[in-house]
Amino acid sequence: MEFAFTDEQEMIRESADSFLQDVSTSEAVRAAMATDQGFDSELWQRLCQEMYWQALHIPEEYGGLGLGYVELAILFEEMGRRLFCSPFFSTVAMGVNALLVAGNEEQKQQWLPQIAEGSLTATLGLASSQQNRDNRRWDASSVQATARKEGDGYVLSGSWHYVPDGHTAGLLILAAREEGSKGEAGIRLFAVSADSEGVQSHWTPTMDQTRKQAKVEIDNLFVSADCCLGGEGTSDWPALEQVLQLASVAIAAEQAGGARQVMELTINYTRERVQFGRTIASFQAIKHRAADMMLQVECAKSAVYYAACVADEVLKSLSSSEQVSEVKDELPEAAALAKAYCSDAFFHCAAESIQLHGGVGFTWEYDPHLYFKRAKSTETFLGDGGLHRERIARQLLDDSGQVKG
Amino acid sequence: MKISFSPEDEQFRAEVATWLKENLTGEFEQLRFRGGPGDEHMFPEERKKWEQHMAKAGWLCVGWPEEYGGRGLSINQQVIFNEEYARAGGPGHMGHIGEGLAGPTIIAFGTEEQKQRFLPGIANGTEYWCQGYSEPSAGSDLANVKTKAAMNESTGQWEISGQKVWTSLAHESDWCFVIARTEPGSKGHKGLSFLLVPMDQPGIEVRPIEQLTGTSEFNEVFFDNAVTDASNIVGKPGDGWKIALALLGFERGVSTLGQQMQFLNEMDEIIRIAKKNGAAEDPAIRQRIADAWMGLRIMRYNALRMLSGSQDGSSPADGSLQKEAMIYKLHWATWHANLGKLAMDVLGPESELLEEGPYELTRLQSMYLFTRSDTIYGGSNEIQRNIIAERALEMPKEPRQAK
Repeated sequence: MEFAFTDEQEMIRESADSFLQDVSTSEAVRAAMATDQGFDSELWQRLCQEMYWQALHIPEEYGGLGLGYVELAILFEEMGRRLFCSPFFSTVAMGVNALLVAGNEEQKQQWLPQIAEGSLTATLGLASSQQNRDNRRWDASSVQATARKEGDGYVLSGSWHYVPDGHTAGLLILAAREEGSKGEAGIRLFAVSADSEGVQSHWTPTMDQTRKQAKVEIDNLFVSADCCLGGEGTSDWPALEQVLQLASVAIAAEQAGGARQVMELTINYTRERVQFGRTIASFQAIKHRAADMMLQVECAKSAVYYAACVADEVLKSLSSSEQVSEVKDELPEAAALAKAYCSDAFFHCAAESIQLHGGVGFTWEYDPHLYFKRAKSTETFLGDGGLHRERIARQLLDDSGQVKG
Repeated sequence: MKISFSPEDEQFRAEVATWLKENLTGEFEQLRFRGGPGDEHMFPEERKKWEQHMAKAGWLCVGWPEEYGGRGLSINQQVIFNEEYARAGGPGHMGHIGEGLAGPTIIAFGTEEQKQRFLPGIANGTEYWCQGYSEPSAGSDLANVKTKAAMNESTGQWEISGQKVWTSLAHESDWCFVIARTEPGSKGHKGLSFLLVPMDQPGIEVRPIEQLTGTSEFNEVFFDNAVTDASNIVGKPGDGWKIALALLGFERGVSTLGQQMQFLNEMDEIIRIAKKNGAAEDPAIRQRIADAWMGLRIMRYNALRMLSGSQDGSSPADGSLQKEAMIYKLHWATWHANLGKLAMDVLGPESELLEEGPYELTRLQSMYLFTRSDTIYGGSNEIQRNIIAERALEMPKEPRQAK
C-alpha cells in the first residue's frame, strides 16, 4: 500500500499541467465551445501525435502505452481543471473502456489500434428511453433501443440521447436490448461505425458548451453478429455497468480538477478585489468559505485517487491471468462514492465562485460561469449525488447486512 | 499509487488478528468496543491492565522505534494493526496521550536521559499522561498562556503556578506536559516552555468538570507552586511554542486510523438499528446514511494520503503540515457531529429514553452529546478554517492586536 504518486506519475501530471496551461486557455475554451464540433481538430491531433494521451491505458499489444488508471485519472483531473474541450472523455472513458471491458479479441484488434494512433474517436450511447424517469437512473432501465435477432446478426432501432460527442465520434458503441427483454436482461452492446448507412447523429446544443452532446438515431439497421461486443446469449449489463463505473471515476477526476481550479481562481480574485480599504480575502467571512472549499477539494481528490487505484486493479484483472487483489471488488462502491462526492464538491465550489466574485461572477466575460455550467453537466451525466448515494445505501442497507470496512 | 497490501503485510494482518482473538478474552472480554470517545470514563483500571498485557507481547506503541520499547512497525503495518485492533473491538487506549503525543515529542526533542526516564513507562503501560495546554483565557488563543513557571535555584526545581482546563484523564494520569510561561513579562508565543510535571504532589489539584453529558472526562487542573525537577524541560526555555506545535502534528498520525475504526463501529450500530426499526426504508435517512458512510471512507483515504506522504506517519517536525493534514480535524469533527445527529434521527422517539435514571446515557446518546465537543477541542472548527485559509491557501492573516 502506497497512497502517494510515484515520480513517474508526478511527471505525467507536470507535463499535462504545462501542456494544458498553454493550449486550454480561457480564450481557447471559448473558441472551441462556440463551434458545433466542440474542439479544435488540429489541437486534438497534436495531443494524439505528441502526447499519446488517447493511447495511455490501451494495452501495448493494441498499440497503446499500457499505463494504468491512476495515470489516466491524473490526465482527467488536469483536463477538468482547464475545461479542456476535446473528444478525450468520450473516446477514452467511454469508448476505450467499453472495448476493454466488453470487447472480444477481434474487436479489440479492430478498433483499439485506430484509437491509439489518433485516427478514430469513439463514444457510447446508453439512454434511449423516451421516459424521463428512466433516463434519470442511468441504469439498465434507460436502455430501450431494440436489437432484433435476424439471421446472422441483429436489426437495431432506436434513438440514443445525451451521447457525448456523438455527432463527431467515428465509432459508436450503442446499448440496445433484445425485443421483449426487461431490466438487466437482454442488454447488448454494439460497435457501429458512425458512417454506416442509416446512422444519423445530430448535435444537440447544451447549456454547458464545453462538452458537446448528440442524439443518435437508427431505424432498422442490420449489423452482423461480430459487431456485438463480447459473447452472445447472456446479458451484457454487468459489462456495461462496469464501463459506466469506470467512466464515473473519470468524470469524478475531471470534477475534482475543476473544483480545485475554480477554487484557486476565486481565491486569486479575492486577493485582488479591494473593498472597504482592504482585499476581500482578508475578511473572515471569505476565508472560512475558502477553507470549506479546500476541504471539499482535498476530499474529492482522495475519493478520486482511491477509486482510480481500484479501477486500476479492475483493468489488470481483465488483461492478466495473474491473481489480482480483491480490491477490484470495491469498484461499484468506490465509483459511486467518487461520483457523488465530486459532483457535489464541484457544484459547491463553482457556485461559491460566482458568489465570491460578486457582480462580475454573473458576467459572460469572467470564467466562473464556465465552471458552474461544467459542474452541472458533469453532475447530471451518469447520475447525480443523490442517485449514487442511493446505490451506496442499497449496498449498506439492503444486502446481507455485512458492512465492509 | 497502490492501495493493495503485500502478501507479507497480509500475513502480518493475520498474526495481529489471531493474537487479539486469543487475548481479548476472559477478564478482558468486557472491554470490547469500550473506552472510545464519550466512553472514556469506563473501566479505567481494567483498561490499564489490558494495556500492560498488550505491552508484554509487544503490542503497545507499535510505531515507536524498537530502541525505545516500540515495535518499529512500518506505516503499512501500523495501518493494519489499527484496523485489526478496532475490528476486534479493542478498547480505547488509556495511554493514548502518552503513546501518541508525549512519547513522540520526547523521542523528537528530548534528551537521552529523558528518553530513558519516560519512554519505558509509556511503552510498558505503567505510566499515564495528560496534556496541559488550554487555560481559561487561552482556548483558541493558545499563545495567551498565563500559567507561570520559574526556576528555584536553591531547590533546583521549576515552580509552577496557574490553571489548566479541559485536561482529559487528569485524574488517571501520572504525568502532565505543561506549557508554561518561563520568561516573566513575555507575551504571545515567546517565552513559553514545555515542562514535564508529576501529577501526584501537594501543589496540584484536579477538579472534574461536569459536562453536559453529566459525566466528567475533562478536568480543571490547578497548579499552586507545583514542582518538577530542573531536568524535566523538553528543549530549552523558550522553545515551548515550537514543541507545542510539533506535538499537534503528531496528533494527526497513525492513531487517527484507530479513531476511524471506532467511528466505523458506531456506523455499524446505526445501520443495524436502521435496518431493524425501518428507518432504512426512509429515503431521506438512506441518503444521510450513505453520506455518512462516504465521509468515513474519505476520512480513511485522507489518512492514507497523509501517512503515505510522510516517513514516520506524522507531520514534519517543524510544525508545518501537509494540506491533507490541515483539513483532517475539520473534516472528522464535522462528520462526527453529523453522525451523532443521524444516530438520534435513526432511533426516532427511542432516542429520548435513557439507559436508566437519573441521567445514564446510552452509548449512542453519549456519542451524540459528546460530538458537540469534537468541533471545539483541539482547535475549534473556526480556528481550523483560519489555519486552512492562512497556511494552506495563504490568505491574509487575522489582525493580531498588541497586548
